Amino acid sequence: MARMKFICDAERCIECNSCVTACKNEHEVPWGVNRRRVVTINDGVIGQEKSISVACMHCSDAPCMAVCPVDCFYRTDEGVVLHDKDICIGCGYCSYACPFGAPQFPSNGTFGLRGKMDKCTFCAGGPEADGSHAEFEKYGRNRLAEGKLPACAEMCSTKALLGGDGDVVADIFRNRVLRRGKGSEVWGWGTAYGRAPNANATAPMPAPAPAPAPAATKTSAGAKS
Amino acid sequence: MMRVALMMAAMLALSACGEREQTLAASRNKSPDQPWQGAKNEFVAKNWTPSDKAGWETQLRNRAQTQNEYNKTN
Repeated sequence: MARMKFICDAERCIECNSCVTACKNEHEVPWGVNRRRVVTINDGVIGQEKSISVACMHCSDAPCMAVCPVDCFYRTDEGVVLHDKDICIGCGYCSYACPFGAPQFPSNGTFGLRGKMDKCTFCAGGPEADGSHAEFEKYGRNRLAEGKLPACAEMCSTKALLGGDGDVVADIFRNRVLRRGKGSEVWGWGTAYGRAPNANATAPMPAPAPAPAPAATKTSAGAKS
Repeated sequence: MMRVALMMAAMLALSACGEREQTLAASRNKSPDQPWQGAKNEFVAKNWTPSDKAGWETQLRNRAQTQNEYNKTN
């Protein structure tokens, strides 16, 4: 089994938030914690509004795992990044490290006490026995062990959010993009390196190297250091 | 007899000098369960048999293809 991944199609997402609702309902996520959320840019600008659904991306080289001082994260054989709430101390380092804002911290009480981290589990539960009540209480449902995919992706009305084996969802998305009459400008090399849609166009030239600084500046910089 | 008693006393006295395992990693607490072994509840999907790894992988592949609406329209 290859790596489990999410991908969200910004051309299809209609900001209905059903993925958010499905996640909260499936896992009975507490008030104030959003394992998944919809981010919209250019909100209200006609023709330019784009939305994507964001949660833990289950990174192959996850920065949260790298910074956790108590090493509470682990990765399953399916490439799902999970954590152990019995080890987590709720320090919040993972929240600073994560580029997607996935780690969430329940807060309650008079002083807004911060609890243990909670995040998307790709509906794969936690360290407890699969499908057990203890697992549900801490991490929510374990749909992978039930032979199902994450609720958010399966519930998506426009199929903007795809979840599952990375190869399978990538094929679905690639096929979709090709049928739209698009090519590398929205998928693959063009997206990563900025190649123009025109196949005959040349790759953008690298920016010219900056001119060497005057000797006087160098001296003063050296004097300061 | 005295020698044995001395050895036991020495072992007891030195027992505190050992080093405890200090590794704190989630993998130590991780359940040995694999998802293809199936969840222990009544919500398991009907199209595969728990403990059948190949069946579980096929089930997830088929399930992922339900997200491909071109399969429905063509």
